[in-house]
This record gives sequence, structure tokens and C-alpha cells, in this order.
Amino acid sequence: MSITQFLFYFLTVLALFSAVMVVVSKNPVHSVLWLIAVFFAISGHYILLNAQFLAIVNLIVYAGAIMVLFLFVIMLMNLNASTEPQKNNWLKLAGVIAGGCFLMVLVSLVKQANELNNIAVTMGTGEIGLIKNLGKALFNDFVVPFEISSVLFLSAMVGAVVIGKKA
Amino acid sequence: MPIQYYIYLCLALFSIGIVGVLTRRNAIIVFMCIELMLNAVNLLLVAFSKVHNTMALAGDKTSMLGIEAQLFVFFIMVVAAAEVSVGLAIIVMMYRNVHSVDINFLNRLKN
Repeated sequence: MSITQFLFYFLTVLALFSAVMVVVSKNPVHSVLWLIAVFFAISGHYILLNAQFLAIVNLIVYAGAIMVLFLFVIMLMNLNASTEPQKNNWLKLAGVIAGGCFLMVLVSLVKQANELNNIAVTMGTGEIGLIKNLGKALFNDFVVPFEISSVLFLSAMVGAVVIGKKA
Repeated sequence: MPIQYYIYLCLALFSIGIVGVLTRRNAIIVFMCIELMLNAVNLLLVAFSKVHNTMALAGDKTSMLGIEAQLFVFFIMVVAAAEVSVGLAIIVMMYRNVHSVDINFLNRLKN
């Protein structure tokens, strides 16, 4: 087993375990910390795919900014395991069964798709993930969506302030 | 790595997110599970972009085909950041009004 394969399996196990822990943790702060672990694992996958820019952006934006925002809100509300609302067990079981059925249907679908055989993802090579090429494409072909996203951010900022301020 | 492995991983992450949305009552955890689903989709987009690029490289050594998918992921992250700021503001407002983040209190439009 090569080092890339080992890293792939390690990051996969880390991502899945952390994702399960996000769902089952009683304390919301622990959930946030496990979600940060998931984001680190996904960033590792990006690096394996040689998408270096996305790996760094994923770390800075998700693990850095968004999760700090979540943590800040949770600490503002002083949530902990004792204030955690619980669904009754039958509803939880129904949710798990529904999600499991969804997973089972899609996995069987992918298993039957013969078109996907012999298609391999090459790891550690390729130029498209480098920031030079992404920047060229972003500021040549995608400059209008890029500017529109700044308007989106402005409206999101105004919206958050208007919703958040005391009426 | 066969592309199926990536598809299975992303499906599993997405399903875990769905199970979280269905089984938890804390609005913040539900929101975090939605973020988890977004990330699963992002990872799958990057994997498919690599596959697309590898196929194009067989014909043209300098092909940049597949770079659109990575920019698409970038824009998904941009939109997710905007969405989180507004969503958390809504949750804070809800907490201020009902002193709880339990989504079962959000049923006032029901009757």
C-alpha cells in the first residue's frame, strides 16, 4: 500500500468518525470541535487531490471563520449538555433508518453503474488546483460572478445586522 | 483511487448530515449538519474535476478542463459563508424571543 493510499484511508476514517461524533455529541461545543476535525480531514483530501488553493481556503473560511462564528454563538447562549433538547428515541430511530435507506439506495445505484468502472482519480498531480491557474480563470472568465458575490456579501452583512439588532 | 471510493465517502458524509438534521432538535447542530452536507458535495465536485482533467490531459498536455468545478467549489464556499452569517443571526433572534434553540418551538405557523 503506497503512502497516498494509506493517507486516503486514514483521512476517510477520520472524516467519517468525526462526522458521526458531530451528530452524537451531547454537548454542542464538542460538536463544533468534531466538525472542525471533519474540515481538516476534507482539507487533507483536497491536498491529496492537489487542489491546494481549495484546501487552504477550506481551512481559513470554514475551520477558521465559520466555526469560530458557531462557537461564538454557542458560548453567547451558554449552551451545554444539560440544556440540550432531546428527541424521543423512536423519532431518532426513524431518522437513522431514513438516512440509512437513503445511503443504501445511492450506494447500490453507484455499485450498478458500470460506466464508473476503470475511472481513476489521479492523486498528487495536475495543475488545475494551483492558485496561479485558478486566479487566471477567476479573473478572466468568472469576473462577473466574482463581483456579484461581493454584492451578496454586502447584502448578507446588512441582513445579519438588521436581523440581529434589537427591534 | 477509483472514483467510486470518493463517491462512497461523500455519500456517507452526506447521509450522516441528513441523519443529523433528522435526529437533532438543537437548531445550531441542525445548521452544522447542513454545513457537513455542503462539504461532502464540495469534495465530490473536486474529485470529479480531477477525473475530467485527467481525461482531457490524455489528448492535450496543457488542458485546463475541469478548473470550472474548482471555481464552483470556491463560489459554494462564498455563498455558504454569507448563509451562515444570516442563519446564525436568525438563530440568535429566535433565542432572544423564546429563550431556547429547540426547533420544536418553531411551530407557530402550524395552526
